[in-house]
Amino acid sequence: MPRQPEGPPPPPVVARVRVRFAKRGRLRFLSHRDVARAFERGLRRAQVPMAYSAGFNPHPRISWVGAAPTGAASEAEYVEFALSAPVEPESLRSALDASLPPGLDVLRVVPAGGAPLAERIDASRWQVRLPGVAEPVLRDAVAELLRRDGVEVERATKDGRRRFDVRPAVILADCRAENDTCAILELVARHTTPAVRPDDVLTALDVVAGLRPSAPPEPTRLEQGRLLEDGTLADPLAPDRNDAGRLVGKSSA
Amino acid sequence: MCRRLARMSGQSLFARLEPLLPRVRRPVQYVGGEGNSIVKPWDAAVVRWALMYPDAYEVGLPNQGLQILYEILNEQPDVLAERTYSVWPDLEALLREHDLPQFTVDAHRAVGDFDLFGVSFSTELGYTNLLTALDLAGIPLHADRRDDTHPLVIAGGHAAFNPEPIAAFVDAVVLGDGEQAVLGISDVVRAWKSEGAPGGRTELLARLARRQLVYVPAFFDVTYRADARIEAVRPNRSDIPARPSKHTLSDLDSWPYPKAPLVPLAETVHERMSVEIFRGCTRGCRFCQAGMITRPVRERNIETIGAMVDAGLRATGFNEVGLLSLSSADHTEIGTIATELADRYENDKVSLSLPSTRVDAFNVTLANEFSRSGRRSGLTFAPEGGSERLRRVINKMVSAEDLVRTVSTAYAHGWRQVKLYFMCGLPTETDEDVLEIADLARQVIRAGRKASGHRDIRATVSIGGFVPKAHTPFQWAAQASPEVIDARLKLLRDTVRADKEIARAVGFRYHDGRPGAIEGLLARGDRRVGTVIERVWREGGRFDGWTEHFSFERWERACAAELEPLGASLDWFTTREREEREVLPWDHLDAGLDRDWLWADWQEALRGVELDDCRWTPCYDCGVCPTMGTDTQIGPTGRSLLPVIGVSAGGPAAGGGPKPVDGSDPSPVGSAAPA
Repeated sequence: MPRQPEGPPPPPVVARVRVRFAKRGRLRFLSHRDVARAFERGLRRAQVPMAYSAGFNPHPRISWVGAAPTGAASEAEYVEFALSAPVEPESLRSALDASLPPGLDVLRVVPAGGAPLAERIDASRWQVRLPGVAEPVLRDAVAELLRRDGVEVERATKDGRRRFDVRPAVILADCRAENDTCAILELVARHTTPAVRPDDVLTALDVVAGLRPSAPPEPTRLEQGRLLEDGTLADPLAPDRNDAGRLVGKSSA
Repeated sequence: MCRRLARMSGQSLFARLEPLLPRVRRPVQYVGGEGNSIVKPWDAAVVRWALMYPDAYEVGLPNQGLQILYEILNEQPDVLAERTYSVWPDLEALLREHDLPQFTVDAHRAVGDFDLFGVSFSTELGYTNLLTALDLAGIPLHADRRDDTHPLVIAGGHAAFNPEPIAAFVDAVVLGDGEQAVLGISDVVRAWKSEGAPGGRTELLARLARRQLVYVPAFFDVTYRADARIEAVRPNRSDIPARPSKHTLSDLDSWPYPKAPLVPLAETVHERMSVEIFRGCTRGCRFCQAGMITRPVRERNIETIGAMVDAGLRATGFNEVGLLSLSSADHTEIGTIATELADRYENDKVSLSLPSTRVDAFNVTLANEFSRSGRRSGLTFAPEGGSERLRRVINKMVSAEDLVRTVSTAYAHGWRQVKLYFMCGLPTETDEDVLEIADLARQVIRAGRKASGHRDIRATVSIGGFVPKAHTPFQWAAQASPEVIDARLKLLRDTVRADKEIARAVGFRYHDGRPGAIEGLLARGDRRVGTVIERVWREGGRFDGWTEHFSFERWERACAAELEPLGASLDWFTTREREEREVLPWDHLDAGLDRDWLWADWQEALRGVELDDCRWTPCYDCGVCPTMGTDTQIGPTGRSLLPVIGVSAGGPAAGGGPKPVDGSDPSPVGSAAPA
């Protein structure tokens, strides 16, 4: 007969919280796996009463939503925790923030409620600094990209090289100048499969207009959320509203 | 020391490094910022150390030795220590292209700006990486070309017990435990700097040597005989000890380091917290350099271990604790430690592990304690030698019956896989000795099937090539050539594959024997091997411990070019048996072991005579305790784990209950041991 884990089964989930955090500065080089490990350790250090999965190898119940790629900074990453005891959101926020390395900064914690987090997020707003690129050059390239119906790019993935169309994901692209030698690309991108990342859009700018920055671009995700008709994004941590504008769903478990 | 560069000393290079990072593989390993890492202001420190583990970050970061020294040095108010690791070839190329030096990961300072550059060698295969780091740092490769603007380059670690192959590249060597040595060195450097650095680096090195803190290779001359063997190694100054000796830390309970282990952001090879439960081992396995050079046994007591585990978990958030030592089940109170730690952390999702254990049923009991609620996947046992005869030669006293009994117990308790570790190429070994590994594997599988009641039993046989090391009874032995090892392993594999009863139940893990030949060259080489290392490095040799970077042909070519004109060769250094009176390259370095005892033990090995552990039987005069003024420090103390003290109410309150007001309540996660 197979062994069973000794002791009682794990305590039930009594609450869930949703968290917005930032990945900043040199910590933008963390991969999603690195971020996940840092959170698991930070949660232990902060003594957050996590709910665990059952079995021989229990894991804290953490649900991640689409992580920013390695090398990209972000002001808007989201994660959901299942807890075995109720916790006051602000004390969890400050304790977890203090337990994470500077650069992984916990911005907001709210009780989970309403539609699942994944359903509240279908697009991102990015800002990409392009040192060494003059704004007019970027403007022309972006105009050319937006003129096209489709732009195929290739990216190396774990399973080899993959070709896909960038254009349908690009909802909005605009540019401005930080100074004479540094342009900034503002981008709203729909989450598609495969995910179109800022570096894919830059590859597309190279394809359509030969834009090749001399220095590494610096992408930062500013927002995630549900794409609204006017091109802005709805805050995924705001309570659900129905069509009549009334709050729906429970705000706390 | 004065600095020659226009760049301000100690300045951060990160702004220049950062644009390169998106272009390299896994940039996170170069950014620093680990949990519990320390950055001190440059100007506040008088003595500044750059500490290096000369391998990739993922291997180097978990290294306990470096973490211990890093913390001890940084606890000194006027001392600063930062860490640096080997950069992969992709970043090396970019650093060269952009004229950036070897840097520390803590504050991204140039290694060349520091007063001391300490490099810890666990393995000889890191030597080429030392040269990369020196070159990138702008430090001349050869110690005799350095001036007062360069850091002192100091080697340490187990491999440094024969530092002769890197003698030309280092200024000094620390033998043995580093905790007190680095503080002593810091004191000497502090005083010398405050006096205005009189006499330059030669005077500084002389002071360090006179204080018996380090071995300075440049203060010793080596002469050779016409037949290429060493004639003599003699000090060339009269004011230093003729036989530098190792450092031995007494009372490990006074040195509970690391107190706050580093928590890496990048993935590393050991994702756990380690607590060293004792240092040294007197089992007397004749192949084991660590067991010879770290004598005597010094235990940490159960209270210190419990406190270190508790403090370390709080400081890191790790969920696995490894209780480290050379043979962890030998701690006199391991049973109590295992049970009490398992009790304390049973509900905390903290797993405990006990690497390096012997073959006996007691270890299965310990492993069961440590996996009460965890998965019982694999247990590792190391009989080391295939035949009973060979195990007597190496003094690893395990009988086939012991092994079968042990694995039966393990399978009966739900362990699903057993891993058996052996060595190939041991002194006096024959094909028959190695083929007995197949017999053992068959007995293990049969026992497992019987004990578990089903046929689905697996055993992995893992085999490494034996490399003779300095300061062991096998230091005189002929190393088996890669051809001999490869042929024996092929024979063994073919035999197991042909045996229908076990062919599919036994997995094989082994590496080709050639890296072992180079390890052997470096482990028992003399100063002339330095030219080989340098040539290999100049021809592109890097990361020799990594299969994808190691090139045997490059080493072979360099050996032919550098050694053969001297009447030596790769074979001369590896497969040649040494005579009793031959001067060995490390004979002038005192690891505490009596040379006559080592020779006698070598002769006993050849006769297949075993030797007991001096912890439980009378002293057999290996020489360490009287020479070093040390003694075995073991329990039992009869004590038990101290209760965990309640932590502050800083964490988010759990359970909705009131926060503890008197600080005595258990934390939400860490449970308190009952009073």
